[in-house]
Amino acid sequence: MIAPVCHTQGMGLSQSFFSERFAVTEHDLESYLNEALSAGGEYADLYFEYLSTSAISIDEGIVKSATEGVTLGVGVRVISGERTGYAYTDDLSPEKIRKAARTAACIARGPASITKTGFEEARRHNLYPMLRAPHEMGLVERVDLVKRADRAARAYDARVFQVQATYADSVRHVLVATSEGRLSVDRQPMARLSVTVLAKDKEGAPQTGHSGGGGRVTLDFFLNEKTPEHFANEAARQAIVQLGAVEAPAGEMTVVLGPGWPGILLHEAVGHGLEADFNRKGVSAFSGRVGQQVASPLCTVIDDGTIGSRRGSLNVDDEGNATKQNVLIEKGILRGYLTDKLSSRLMHTESSGSGRRESYQHIPMPRMTNTYMLAGESDPEEIIRSVPRGLYCTTFGGGQVDITSGNFVFAASESYLIENGKITRPVRGATLVGNGPEALKYVSMVGHDLELDEGIGVCGKEGQSVPVGVGIPTLKIDKMTVGGTAQ
Amino acid sequence: MSDLEQIVCDAVRLAKARGASDAECTASEGDEFSAGVRMGEIEKLTEAGSRGAGIRVLVGKRAGSSYTSDLTKQGIERMVDTALNLAQITSDDPFAGLPDEDQLGSVGDLQLYDEAIARLEPAWKIEQAKETEKVALAFDPRIQNSEGASYDSYLGRRAFANSRGFAGSYRTSSCGLSVTPVAKQNGSMERDYWYTSARKAALMESPEVVGRMAAERALRRLNPRKVATQRVPVVFEPRTARSLLGDLFDAVNGSAIYRGASFLVGKLGEKIGSELLTVVDDAILPGLFGSSPFDDEGVRARRTVVIERGVLKSYLLNSYSARKLGLKTTGNASRGLSGNAGVGPGNFFIEAGAKEASKIIGDVKNGFYVTELIGTAASPVTGDYSSGAAGLWIDNGQLAYAVSEITIAGNLKQMLMDLGEVGSDLEFRGSVASPTILIGEMTISGH
Repeated sequence: MIAPVCHTQGMGLSQSFFSERFAVTEHDLESYLNEALSAGGEYADLYFEYLSTSAISIDEGIVKSATEGVTLGVGVRVISGERTGYAYTDDLSPEKIRKAARTAACIARGPASITKTGFEEARRHNLYPMLRAPHEMGLVERVDLVKRADRAARAYDARVFQVQATYADSVRHVLVATSEGRLSVDRQPMARLSVTVLAKDKEGAPQTGHSGGGGRVTLDFFLNEKTPEHFANEAARQAIVQLGAVEAPAGEMTVVLGPGWPGILLHEAVGHGLEADFNRKGVSAFSGRVGQQVASPLCTVIDDGTIGSRRGSLNVDDEGNATKQNVLIEKGILRGYLTDKLSSRLMHTESSGSGRRESYQHIPMPRMTNTYMLAGESDPEEIIRSVPRGLYCTTFGGGQVDITSGNFVFAASESYLIENGKITRPVRGATLVGNGPEALKYVSMVGHDLELDEGIGVCGKEGQSVPVGVGIPTLKIDKMTVGGTAQ
Repeated sequence: MSDLEQIVCDAVRLAKARGASDAECTASEGDEFSAGVRMGEIEKLTEAGSRGAGIRVLVGKRAGSSYTSDLTKQGIERMVDTALNLAQITSDDPFAGLPDEDQLGSVGDLQLYDEAIARLEPAWKIEQAKETEKVALAFDPRIQNSEGASYDSYLGRRAFANSRGFAGSYRTSSCGLSVTPVAKQNGSMERDYWYTSARKAALMESPEVVGRMAAERALRRLNPRKVATQRVPVVFEPRTARSLLGDLFDAVNGSAIYRGASFLVGKLGEKIGSELLTVVDDAILPGLFGSSPFDDEGVRARRTVVIERGVLKSYLLNSYSARKLGLKTTGNASRGLSGNAGVGPGNFFIEAGAKEASKIIGDVKNGFYVTELIGTAASPVTGDYSSGAAGLWIDNGQLAYAVSEITIAGNLKQMLMDLGEVGSDLEFRGSVASPTILIGEMTISGH
C-alpha cells in the first residue's frame, strides 16, 4: 500500500513552467530575495504559484455547471527571529514582485546582512507522474464521469431520488526559491469525484449518503481504477442503510472503528496536537511530552508525505523541502513533532518537510500530509466478536480539535450497534468525543487490515485549507463517549 | 463608474458579442492587512492586494462559467471564451436563466465602507493587538501564555453586471481585533478567545474589553469536569446560538428545499417552532456584515421574515431555486467567482426577546450553559443534531463549574419547538446573529 520512496533530481529552472511562461530567471530570483533581505532579515523565500482548475457538476440528472479558472501569484516571506513578514502579488511583473519583497522586508529592522547568490536544486520525490497533460483530456470525458455517477446511483435502488455528482481537477505549478540557495519546482495534479445521494421510503424522512475520492491523479484514475460507479454505489448504499437506522446511543462505550477514513481519529486526536507551532508555544496538550506514553503500546502513528499519488502527498513541501515519512508515535511513545521552516529554526531541529500553505496568499505552517496507524495483528472479525456491547463506525463526516485542552470530536455518519459480538442495527449520525493524549491509551486491539481513505480529506487550520489523507486498520477503543440521543 | 465595474460591463458585452444569449459577471478586489503579535512581540505581518473576476454565460438554456485573476484585456477575453466553450458541454436546463428584470436593482448606500480604516497606521494597529494581549496576560496569574492577538483590516470593492442592463458596484471595509489567552492551573490547560469586528473603526470594542473578556472566558474553563449522561435544559450563549442558527439556515436554504434535502420541505405556513421564535433575514440594515445593496445576481436587497412566532413564512431563495419552487427570489443569491450562484444569508438573526441572559440562566435548576461547540454534525435533511461541547454547569440558577469532553444531541425539529427562552442580548458580530436562547431539553452525553 505504501509506495517505495524514490528520490529524483528536480527539473531545472530553465525547463520549468515559470521560466517558459513568465521568463523567470535565476538572476530575477536572486534580486527579489536580496530585496526581501534588504532590511536585515535572516531568511527569505519566494513561492510562485499558477493554479488551473476545472469542475463539472450534475444535479437532478442535468449537467448544470461547468467551470474553469486560473489564479496565479507570488508570495514573499521574510523571517527575522520569531517574526515573519509576508506580502504577495497576483501580478508577476518584476516591479510588483519587488514591491512585495520590500513590504515583507519591513519585518526586520537594520542593514542587509546577507546577499543571495546562486541556487542548488533541492532533492525531491517523483510521486505523481502525469501520464496525460490535462489539456489532452477532453471536456466530454469529464462530463461522462458525472453522468455515469448519476446513472449508477439511480440504478442502485429505486428509493434513490436525488443525485449530485461533481468532478473537479486541478494542476498547480509551483516554484520555491530560498535565500539559503534552495530551488524547487513541482507540478502537482489533483482530482476528485464526489457523489451525494438522497433516498427515501414511501413513508418516513429522506436520508443522505456521500462518497468520493481521488488524489494526485488525473482523469484516467477514474476510468481505470476507481470508477464513477464505485463512488455512486457507495453513496447510494449509505443512504439506503440509513433508511433503516435507529437512534444512536448516548454515553461511554466500546467503539470499534472500521479501516480507512475513520483514521480521521488520528488526525484530530493526535495529529494537530503534534504540529510544532503549537508545541513551540507550549499551547498544545502534547507540549513537552516527547518520550512519554500517549497511546497504547499497540499504536504506531506515522505522517507520510511520500506515498505515491495520495491526496496528502507532495514531492516537496510548500517551503521546498522534500517530504518525509515521520514517526509521530512509536509503540505508544510520543516521538516527535511536525515542523516547518520557522519552527525547525527556532526549535533547532531538522524540518520534517511539513511546511504547507493553501496558496501564494498564505504563510506556511506545520501541517499533516497522510496520517495513518501501522497495521496490528488482530483479525477484524475477532475484534467485533470481542465486544459485548458497543458501536462499530465505518464512515465519518468531519472532525475538530481544541489543541489546548486536547478535546476532539469526530462525526460518524455510518455506524452499527454491536450486541453480543455481532453487528446488528445501523444507527443515525452521532459525534464521538475524546481527549487526545488519553483516547489512544484505550486502544486494546489493532487489526491487520490497514487501509488509507479514498482521497477526500480537507484539513482546515487558521483559515487555510489543504488536502490530506488518513488511514487506520480496524481499531478497538475500550472507552469513548458517543453523542447520540438514545439512553 | 469604477474600473472594476467597467471590467464586468465590458466582459458581459464581450460575452454577448461572442454568442452568449445572456451573461453575468462579478469581480472583486481588496487590500488586506494582518498583524499578529504574541507575548508582546510582532509575530506575523501580512500586507497585500488581489483581484479576480468570474463570468457565467448562458447559451440558450446551457450554462458555462469561468474565472481568472488576470484582469487584463487578454485575461478577460480568455475567461469569456472559456465560459462559452464550457456552455457547449452542459445540459439544457429549463430553469436556467437570469433574474426577472423587475427584481434587479440596488437599494443604494448602506454605509459598508469606512474611509477611516484606510487611514489607520500599521504601527497603530500592531499597538492595538499588543495592548489587547497585554490586558489578557495581566488579568490573572493563571494566564501566563497566549496563542497571540491579531488586528486585521480589509478594504474591498465588489462589482456586478448582467446582460439585462444591471451594473453596480460597492465598497466594503472591515476591521477585527482578537486575542486567545491560555490559562493553566493544576495541570489543566484551557484557551478561549474574544474578538470585536466591525465595518467602521469607531464601532470596535476597546483592547481593554476584548482582552478582559478573553481572559475571563479562558479562566472559567479551567478544571473542567465530565458530567453524567442525562437529559437537561441547555442554554446557548450568543456565540454558540449563532452556530445553531447557521444550521437552521441550511434547512431554509432554497437549494436544499427544491432538492427535497430539508426537514422543512412543504412546511410553509405551518408551525415549526415555539411562539418565541422569530427569525429574520435582513440585508439592508446599515453598516452590518450581512448587508449589501444587491445580491450576487443583481437582485435588490431586502428584509425577509423567515419564521414569525414559530410559523414558517418564507424560504431564502436565489432566482434559480425560486423558479424551481414557483416562488419569487428573496435576493439571497450568493456566489464566489466561479460556478452558479448558491443561496447565502444577509443578516440572518433570531429577533431579541425581553429577558436578560442572566435571568434565563437564573431560572434553570439543573442544566448546561454551552460556550463552545466543536465538530458539529447537523443534518438539514433529517434534523439530526449532535455536537461536541464545552461550557458551564448550571446548578440552581448559578454557573457552578466548567464542563468539557461531552456532546449535546437532539433533533432540530424538536429543538425549534422546545425553544423556551429568547434573551434580549442580540448583537451583530457577523452575518448570523442570535441572542442567548434556551432549549428545553437535549441529551448530554458524558460518562
